[in-house]
Amino acid sequence: MSDTNAKLIYMANQIATFFQSQPAREAAQGVATHINKYWEPRMRRKLFKHIEHGGEGLNPLVLEAAAKIRRPEAAEAVINRG
Amino acid sequence: MSLIHEIDYGTPASKSEKLVTLTIDGREITVPEGTSIMRAAMEAGIEVPKLCASDMMEAFGSCRLCLVEIEGRAGMPASCTTPVAAGISVSTQTQRLKDVRRGVMELYISDHPLDCLTCAANGDCELQDMAGAVGLRDVRYGYDGANHVKARNNGEINRQWAPKDESNPYFTFDPAKCIVCSRCVRACEEVQGTFALTISGRGFDSKVSAGMNEDFVSSECVSCGACVQACPTATLTEKSVIEIGQPEHSVVTTCAYCGVGCSFKAEMRGEELVRMVPWKDGQANRGHSCVKGRFAYGYSSHKDRILNPMVREKVTDPWREVTWEEAYAHVANEFRRIQYQYGRDSVGGITSSRCTNEETYLVQKLVRAGFGNNNVDTCARVCHSPTGYGLNQTFGTSAGTQDFDSVEHTDVAVIIGANPTDGHPVFASRLKKRLRQGAKLIVIDPRRIDLVRSAHVEASYHLPIKPGTNVAILTSLAHVIVTEGLANEAFIRERCDWSEYEDWAAFVAEPYHSPEATEAYTGVPAELVRGAARLYATGGNGAIYYGLGVTEHSQGSTTVMAIANLAMVTGNIGRPGVGVNPLRGQNNVQGSCDMGSFPHELPGYRHISDDATREIFEKLWGVTLNNEPGLRIPNMLDAAVEGTFKGLYIQGEDILQSDPDTKHVAAGLAAMECVVVQDLFLNETANYAHVFLPGSTFLEKDGTFTNAERRINRVRKVMRPKNGYADWEVTQKLAQAMGLDWNYSHPSEIMDEIAATTPTFALVSYDYLDKMGSVQWPCNEKAPLGSPIMHVDGFVRGKGKFIRTEFVATDEKTGPRFPLLLTTGRILSQYNVGAQTRRTDNVVWHAEDRLEIHPHDAEQRGIRDGDWVRLASRSGETTLRALITDRVAPGVVYTTFHHPTTQANVITTDFSDWATNCPEYKVTAVQVSPSNGPSDWQRDYDEQARQSRRIAGKLEAAE
Ligand code: SF4
Ligand code: SF4
Ligand code: SF4
Ligand code: FES
Repeated sequence: MSDTNAKLIYMANQIATFFQSQPAREAAQGVATHINKYWEPRMRRKLFKHIEHGGEGLNPLVLEAAAKIRRPEAAEAVINRG
Repeated sequence: MSLIHEIDYGTPASKSEKLVTLTIDGREITVPEGTSIMRAAMEAGIEVPKLCASDMMEAFGSCRLCLVEIEGRAGMPASCTTPVAAGISVSTQTQRLKDVRRGVMELYISDHPLDCLTCAANGDCELQDMAGAVGLRDVRYGYDGANHVKARNNGEINRQWAPKDESNPYFTFDPAKCIVCSRCVRACEEVQGTFALTISGRGFDSKVSAGMNEDFVSSECVSCGACVQACPTATLTEKSVIEIGQPEHSVVTTCAYCGVGCSFKAEMRGEELVRMVPWKDGQANRGHSCVKGRFAYGYSSHKDRILNPMVREKVTDPWREVTWEEAYAHVANEFRRIQYQYGRDSVGGITSSRCTNEETYLVQKLVRAGFGNNNVDTCARVCHSPTGYGLNQTFGTSAGTQDFDSVEHTDVAVIIGANPTDGHPVFASRLKKRLRQGAKLIVIDPRRIDLVRSAHVEASYHLPIKPGTNVAILTSLAHVIVTEGLANEAFIRERCDWSEYEDWAAFVAEPYHSPEATEAYTGVPAELVRGAARLYATGGNGAIYYGLGVTEHSQGSTTVMAIANLAMVTGNIGRPGVGVNPLRGQNNVQGSCDMGSFPHELPGYRHISDDATREIFEKLWGVTLNNEPGLRIPNMLDAAVEGTFKGLYIQGEDILQSDPDTKHVAAGLAAMECVVVQDLFLNETANYAHVFLPGSTFLEKDGTFTNAERRINRVRKVMRPKNGYADWEVTQKLAQAMGLDWNYSHPSEIMDEIAATTPTFALVSYDYLDKMGSVQWPCNEKAPLGSPIMHVDGFVRGKGKFIRTEFVATDEKTGPRFPLLLTTGRILSQYNVGAQTRRTDNVVWHAEDRLEIHPHDAEQRGIRDGDWVRLASRSGETTLRALITDRVAPGVVYTTFHHPTTQANVITTDFSDWATNCPEYKVTAVQVSPSNGPSDWQRDYDEQARQSRRIAGKLEAAE
């Protein structure tokens, strides 16, 4: 697990910790909306990659929210356009 | 252009709504009840002679020059202390009055040196003016008798005489010229609230002195300049006036230091700035100022200023001066190359909270329209981003709710994690004035800040929390309010979502939120919390003011929500005297946020994913905008270390010094291929820069700043930019070099574009600002005069939203290796990273950063006051000198971060706010131990900084 991966997991879990304390029906959507609104695509891309590799260390609420997090375009496509 | 002369009405305006009609010199005049005769006369254009009166202070009635006669009343009352009465008939000029006034003036002048021609106040002296006004033609008494004027009387030492006090770097005090009118003493008390001056002795023996016969610089004086402004003679005079002479024209502009946004008259002689004088019509400061805005502008002509663009291949090379064209071409080529090689998203920009709205707007426009991504952020990231997030969630807009005038109606002020007397001095003076009138004060802060106890001010409650427990204490306050039945249910039902309220109320009512339960980790006795909660909920108009001690935590955003909850549950929103007031750090933090500096939103806080908003800008700019949020500063640095972020354009920020975890910032910068720094000085970040573009000061450009009360103030150019170009011009040229078709010929055109695209700015234009003085946004069809107070008839988002605020302890925990908690702050005379203030005489008050430590902790470690100590955290270590004080609790240490050699941010960690990544500056676990000098890091850093500041062909500049 790279350093920045660890940071990303930490950040995602921090967000989950906040929404965990909110009414249960809003929690997962809260996490997803937050990440959609504030995370740049390469951060989300990394998050998905980590989840695909098992999502070790992630708060279960992040995993639950993943279905609602927007999947960014693939990285290659962006570079080609650059 | 001419010198702006403000009318001095002699006494403050009366706030009464009842009107009274009287006659003065045969003219009928109607004024509010309680107005003095002097003021009424002046409003009618009749100037009664005066010396001891000024409309900044209450009347005092000591000089006896302003006498008038009132028909049917005996004697000659002083017009400054006599209020108007209905139907009276006043004469301001009769033979009897003339004789008495001449006699009074004769006495004054007989004890005053007659060196008018060479006096610094010549042309700006009220004593001179009054001598002229009363027709004084000769003085019968000489200096042979007792006087204050001569050092020696007939060869004997004159004990009444005292030498000049030149200890203050910015003004002198010459007692020989003092007429003991006490205006200075009253200004210090009433306007500034410091009580540094006294009048000792009586009658002829009375004299003014600072403190207990100290010199100014060693007294309590904070060098605000209020006394200098109030002094009618040359006794208190700016050194710059002594040196240069009287100004000949003046221009109204805005201080570029803090978020109070004081208005000043820049008084000029040609292009030379003679002095900055606070402007009475300034709606934020009402004629007052602090030492920074008033005096600390010397950095603008400091020899360290870089005036030519510079480029270098590697950061280990010396700088090479180049032409502007070369510099622009170099940046354009590099950024294009990097984007070609590493992708469109591999570059970004940082806007400045010190630059104007217009300049900030252009930088974000350059990033979005020119770079084609949204990688733009601003230093507000590291200070008030949680304010934006928290208030937006709860109220629906990211801004403070009040104007500063509101404090005049406050009954209970709550200060959380802010130190206004140091950070926001002019607001502090206005608050203290209100406190002296009887308002109550609650302070929530780990440190005993000055407001807790100072001259004529004492907090009802000081809750000395352990750093990092804000959410716990605020939720406990809410617990008390809800469980003791103090909630304002009528307000909540009308304005807020009731079911959300019920959910929240049940949450805070849980026993584990009671003060008795939280005491264990907040360290605050439960009784204090209960008392404070009751006072805030029931004491009348309650206003919360908060600062970086709230936002710079891993739960910063949660804390802001907790504050908003408290204001809503008590109904303290939507009228004068109440509200939630973030005290912004830098001058234009508010503006830089408003202008779309954050990677996820366009100007006016509209999310980048919103198609309608993007369309507005796409049409105007002729580009397609990326609808994904960009990188924030910490994310940029992470991406740089990882190799996907390579180029950064930084306008007017010093992220290496101001951002946390210096080593990580340095690693990020070092990994980039083109770092462009635009600044006044070779700042710390410039050590890692490849291109340096010289910046201009606020004196050298037109624009606007938006202060903490959302007030848009004009910044006006008083001299040509020493570097040749205002910062907006530099950004424009850079954009042109990158192929963008920009053609602004004046910042007013940029503001017009902002107004055209941003609904909250719809009516703002330079013409309108000139007409109104200033306006507070929203300023549009719905609120043409601007909005001093927000959420008046309902919240911007509709219903106010209560949000649960669960306390989560930070992961930054003390332990055996790092047993103390470090928290950071600022001090009055210095500003942020100090790049400007360190280059002024303000260093006499703060030559270095010191570590405050409790006597108990110091003794345990064998540390004495003034010793060098090593301060270490898991991130790094530095050294500085200790200051032993019980202002901090045992277990807590405190320092400022104004000096680069201290490198306090080597110590801070990379923990950050969960919602915004605002760094957790306010809590770091540290150890303190004796040391004998700078750490290895400091030495290496100094050496590296020295190396990287070399300019080819120039001798090394000695700092
Ligand atoms: S400069 Fe300000 S603080 Fe100092 S004596 Fe004058 S009024 Fe008081
Ligand atoms: S120093 Fe100036 S303001 Fe103060 S008492 Fe003397 S003359 Fe008046
Ligand atoms: S630093 Fe702040 S308080 Fe001081 S003069 Fe400037 S704006 Fe006013
Ligand atoms: S001005 Fe009224 S007594 Fe001095």
